Amino acid sequence: MATRPARDLTGPPGGTAGLTGGVGGMTGGAEAGVTGTAVGRVTGGAAVLTAHGVRRAFDGRPVLAGIDLTIAAGEVVALLGGSGSGKSTLLRVLAGLDAEATGRTRVRGTAAVVFQEHRLLPWKRVGDNVALGLTGPHVRSRVDRALTEVGLADRHRAWPAELSGGQAQRVAVARALVREPDLLLLDEPFGALDALTRLRMQSLLRRLRAEHGFAALLVTHDVEEALLLADRILLLDGGVIAEEIPVDLDPAGRSADRPARSPDQPAFGALRRRLLDRLGVPAA
Amino acid sequence: MLVTAPPTAVAAPPDAGPRRRAGLRWRRLVSPVVLVAGWEAAAHAGLLAPEKLPAPSRVLATGVRLAGDGTLGVHLLDSLTRAGVGLLLGGLLALVLGVAAGLLRLGDDLVDPPVQMARMLPHLGLVPLLIIWVGIGESLKVTLVALGVFFPIYFNTYAGIRHIDERLVEAARTCGLGPAARLRHVVLPGALPSLFLGLRLAIGAAWLSLVVGEQVNAQTGIGFLMMEAREFSQTDVVVLGLVVYALLGLLSDLALRILERRTLTWRRGLRAT
Repeated sequence: MATRPARDLTGPPGGTAGLTGGVGGMTGGAEAGVTGTAVGRVTGGAAVLTAHGVRRAFDGRPVLAGIDLTIAAGEVVALLGGSGSGKSTLLRVLAGLDAEATGRTRVRGTAAVVFQEHRLLPWKRVGDNVALGLTGPHVRSRVDRALTEVGLADRHRAWPAELSGGQAQRVAVARALVREPDLLLLDEPFGALDALTRLRMQSLLRRLRAEHGFAALLVTHDVEEALLLADRILLLDGGVIAEEIPVDLDPAGRSADRPARSPDQPAFGALRRRLLDRLGVPAA
Repeated sequence: MLVTAPPTAVAAPPDAGPRRRAGLRWRRLVSPVVLVAGWEAAAHAGLLAPEKLPAPSRVLATGVRLAGDGTLGVHLLDSLTRAGVGLLLGGLLALVLGVAAGLLRLGDDLVDPPVQMARMLPHLGLVPLLIIWVGIGESLKVTLVALGVFFPIYFNTYAGIRHIDERLVEAARTCGLGPAARLRHVVLPGALPSLFLGLRLAIGAAWLSLVVGEQVNAQTGIGFLMMEAREFSQTDVVVLGLVVYALLGLLSDLALRILERRTLTWRRGLRAT
């Protein structure tokens, strides 16, 4: 069995889901300056991820104060926010890694996670790392295909420690990809890479997305990265989704015959400025 | 004499120096050779009384003689058996308790406090009590070895499990690995370097315990050979016994290091970067 069944990660009972959070897919809470756009806007296909009233507090300090979120099949959503805004916390909740969060999250189909660090097991060769947890027939050929897609077909016998940072992160992408996920959860996946490698990884992700059509939630603090890759950008502030911004630029690499989205477009710059203003970075 | 490692001692053993120094490694042989040669010369010159310290060549000749008539082999086998049985018993117990304390909160709460308290007891100081408990026969020797072995293996198992990177366990979870699979693919291989260190320390502790144990009413074994020789003032046999103990320690450590290098191939990759 290659795919996991849909998970229904229900938090501890007595969760306060829905008290100030979303009603009917709308974010509430005037303090956060909500645009009034329906966060659960579906751009096509059924939702692969729905979250409702997700809350998480650390030592009594709320970090997530009622998050509602829907991601449609094939949709790439970027989650932007300053450091400490709870972006990664939300992703961990959605990945089922946080047992103390409350609220409801539901993933339809398979989800796979790529973390900021590659998190490869140092005692397994690259191929075995990609194959981790895989069952069913043709594991070897599936692994080889995934490694080929990230351009590391010849490194399946290497130890993780022998790889560069960019290569290791590509293996981590292959490890997620080999599970044929319906949803990729990306936690600042390129944040630890140098600028050039990051650009290459971003175009790799665009290509893979065009080929596989997975949905993704991309946690990032990089405004340009969000604009390059996402169909929709969510701004996380004060523990709620404070603003939702559709990215109405050329498709992010969905077809090869159309020009790829690029920072050189005027609309790109305008959106970038708007997001930076919203994040509290004034124009120079 | 406390021979157990502190619980945090999981650092990798020091490795041979960089490759460019390999050519100069013969220099490290100079002082031992000079020392043995000086010892031999001093014995021949009459500076060392033969009944106090016989010449190395004489010790060697005695060794060849005792090996030839089978005496050495018999006693060596008995010593090895004691060390082996003690290592197995103490090691298995330490492994089970170390895993329980390392993996489970309940195990940690129940097992770790008494072990931490017992660690403060020098186990070789327990000999009088152990004689009362288990007598002066074989069980005393085996118990002493098992006690010596227990602590380094327990602490290194515990530390090895506790120091596993939680983020790797998380990544394994997102890959759909259940608890048993995580144990097999993440926890066990992650704790293995620490387990090897524990085993190396344990083997050292086993020989040390054996030396002490075999001097209490033993009828066989290298320690017995030495005690008997002392009564007849056969200093060469006493020194030979010491040499055998040293060689046993050296060889077992070497064997373990080779096994470690074979098993932990991935760490070579770590060093390569």
